[in-house]
Formats: sequence, C-alpha cells, structure tokens
Amino acid sequence: MQDLVVQRGGREVIHGLSLTVARGTVTGLLGPSGCGKSTLMRAIVGVQVVAAGRVTVLGEPAGTPRLRRRVGYVTQAPSVYSDLSIAENLRYFAAVLGVSRARVAQTIRTVGLHGREDQVVGSLSGGERSRVSLASALLGAPELLVLDEPTVGLDPVLRAELWASFRELARAGATLLISSHVMDEARECDSLLLMREGALLEHLTPQQLRRRTGREDLGQAFLAIIERSQREAAPGA
Amino acid sequence: MSRPATLATARRVLWQIRRDPRTIALLLAVPTGLLVLLYFLFEGQPRTFQKIGAPLCGLFPFIVMFLVTSIAMLRERTTGTLERLMSLPVARADILFGYGLAFGLLAALQALIVCTVGFAILGLDAAHGAWLVGLLAIANALLGMALGLFVSAFARTEFQAVQFMPALVLPQILLCGLFVPRPQMAPWLHAISWLMPLTYAYDALARATAPAPLDGAMAADVLAVIAFTLASLAAGALTLRRRTP
Repeated sequence: MQDLVVQRGGREVIHGLSLTVARGTVTGLLGPSGCGKSTLMRAIVGVQVVAAGRVTVLGEPAGTPRLRRRVGYVTQAPSVYSDLSIAENLRYFAAVLGVSRARVAQTIRTVGLHGREDQVVGSLSGGERSRVSLASALLGAPELLVLDEPTVGLDPVLRAELWASFRELARAGATLLISSHVMDEARECDSLLLMREGALLEHLTPQQLRRRTGREDLGQAFLAIIERSQREAAPGA
Repeated sequence: MSRPATLATARRVLWQIRRDPRTIALLLAVPTGLLVLLYFLFEGQPRTFQKIGAPLCGLFPFIVMFLVTSIAMLRERTTGTLERLMSLPVARADILFGYGLAFGLLAALQALIVCTVGFAILGLDAAHGAWLVGLLAIANALLGMALGLFVSAFARTEFQAVQFMPALVLPQILLCGLFVPRPQMAPWLHAISWLMPLTYAYDALARATAPAPLDGAMAADVLAVIAFTLASLAAGALTLRRRTP
C-alpha cells in the first residue's frame, strides 16, 4: 500500500499511508475508534473509493474481479441476512462462491455453531451473529482475510478459540489482517499496525513494542506510543 | 453473470419472504380485498367497476412490487449484505435478475389470484382473455420492481423509502388515465403523463380489457413498458456500486 489517501464525508480520514503486510502472517490493526481502521480495511478489500495512492493485494490492484475469490472480508456489523437461518445464509454465499455443501458444514464447525444450523440469524445473540458473518468469509478459503473487529462481544473462551483458528489459518498459508481495540489480543499477532487519526504510528512486533516502550502490558505500551506521538505533534504544549 | 448465482439469489430472496408469512398474506390478499371493495362500492354501476376494476387487476402487482423491492433493496444496502456481495464474485446482473426472478414468481401468483377473483367470480370482462391481463400484470410487476430497486438508492431509511410510494407512484396512478381519460386532462398534465411508465402499463391493460380489436398501439404500449423496465434496471445497476465513498 502506497501513499493511500481516503476522504469520507468531505473529510480526509487517511493521510498518505504506506505499509506492507507479509503473507502467511497475522497482523493486528490497532488504534482508537475513528482512527481509520475500517476505512483502511475497506480500501484493501476494494470497496472504498480512494482519493489517491495505490493498494496492491496478493500482487494485483485492490478490488480487481479476480481478487474477489481470494480475499475474504468481514465487516464490523455482521453482514448476514437476519431473516434466514445460519445454514441458509451460508448456503447462499457458498452458491455465489461456487463451493460445496461440505464446506458449509465445515465452516459452521470452525466458528462453533454446529448443531444450530437451522436457527434463524435474527434470533441469535450479537456474538453469534458475528460468527455467522465470519463463517461466510471463511467459506471460500481465501488467501487474505480482512476481519474488522471479529471478536467484539464474544466471551473470553470463544475469543481464544477463534484466535486459535486464526493462527491455524495463517499456518496453512493464509494472510490475516485483524482490527481490534482489545490490546490483549495484540500478543496473538505476528506484527502490529498502530494507527491514530488516519496515520500509521508504528509497524512492529509485540516484542518490539514492549522493548521500545519498556512496558510489559501491551495496552500501556500502546498508550505510551500515543502519548509520545501527541507530544511530537504539539511541541511546547 | 452466472446462472447458479442468479438462481441462488432468487432462492435466497424467496426464502427470506417465506420467513415472513404476514408479508406473503398481505401480498396475496390485499389486491383481491381491494377489488372486492370496489365491487361493492360500484354495485349499481357495473360499467364503472369494469372500467376501473379490470385494468386495476394488472396494476396492483406494479404498486406492491415497487414497495417491496425498494424496502428489500434498502435493507441490503443498510445491513452491509450488499457490500459483502459486492466484495464477492457475483455480477450485478446476478443480483438484479435474481430479484427479478423471485419477485416475478410472486407477482405471477398475486396476478393469478386477483385475476381469478376478478374475472371468474366478480364478473369482470377481459375481452381478450384473462391470461393477457395476467401476463401484463407480471410485466408491470417487473417494472415496479425495477423502479423500486433504482429509487432505493435515494433512501437512507425505511421511512424515506415508503414515502416514495405516495411521491412517485400515486401521481402516476392519478395521471395514467384510470380516473380521468388523458385527453380530457389539462394539456400540461397530459404532457407529463406521456413521461410516466404507468401510463403505458394502464393503456395496455385498458386495451386488453376492452372489446375493440388489438392493434399496433397495444404493441407500442408493451414495448414502452419493457423499455422503461430495462432503463430502470440499467439505472439500478449503476446504483449497485462496488466502491462506495
């Protein structure tokens, strides 16, 4: 990604951002809400109108038709049909992607919803709904998975299980970009992107973040980075 | 465009409606109920009932499908499912034709019921066959669907979407010739009526239910309805954007 500039609602929300994410890794995208995480992810998936800059995904310009099979995307709000059952939702997306029914059953198991296939999505809890949304993105076994806050509203056990399956996917060769504002999830990532107000503050590993700030706790380490960037932004204040 | 994705979309839309039996009941029963109401309203004036009721059998599906599609499409836009679809290998035509297929089937069912009641029970006369009214009803339903799909892009909330019905559909019903023959209208109203798709839909229905022999004017009406439908679909496709601001 080179010199990405994005405007939303007449306001520039990403100001000339450049970064590269290595294949087969889990990268955490962290930052306060409203800092441009979702917009950045939309640009990578190719659903965001971009004002300037270039985004290359798996060797092709973001949003090209061929990438639609290779990139999986989960929006922050679960984007599934609430008046269909879990299985009906997944069968529809499977038909669009051209993957088998067996794959549907498999992804339902991955997100821990097996045995509840016939439940209507509208009657599920928020966390369960976002798991259906996640399962829809996993169906096509994409090479790049872009997940916008996939673990919001999930209990700690399920959260740990999902992170284990994310690691599993990365081991199998997939690249994952996961946004979060829960800092203890950062330690599960191979590398971290720290964002603030539409700019990239740091791109480092959890170990580097700890070393750089001298804090063991990643949440405090991130706060320290933000404080430092604020001091630099407003010298003399 | 791929056939599996189109069929899957049609099935998905029908499955969604199946979960909502009240909507199905309203879709199928309301037009017939209104027709029965008209029957009793004009009990002593069978010619008026024939003049209004017969074409109306083929206009109901337009009105209903316009409303249903604009809301359904607005939901796709606001719940993020459209954004997901746009990030998947699905052509916009798959979505449009999928919706067309699903709502076309529903419209056929609706037309079947209202035409059976109107022409077989309430004594309306379809001079050139009830099947012709049924076919026109399906064409009109697809026109309503295409228009509803297009205008859904201009609504942000369901409140706004339902207002498009009185704003865009009601004027067309008033000016299409159903209540006042178009030549009797003020010239400027007559001129406006030429621009409205429902004018041609009504004209075709009026010809299909009147005894005069069918001629080229009927064919011109049908072509106009098809042209308006295709133009709305094309405009609707433009509103299904892969990238949004």
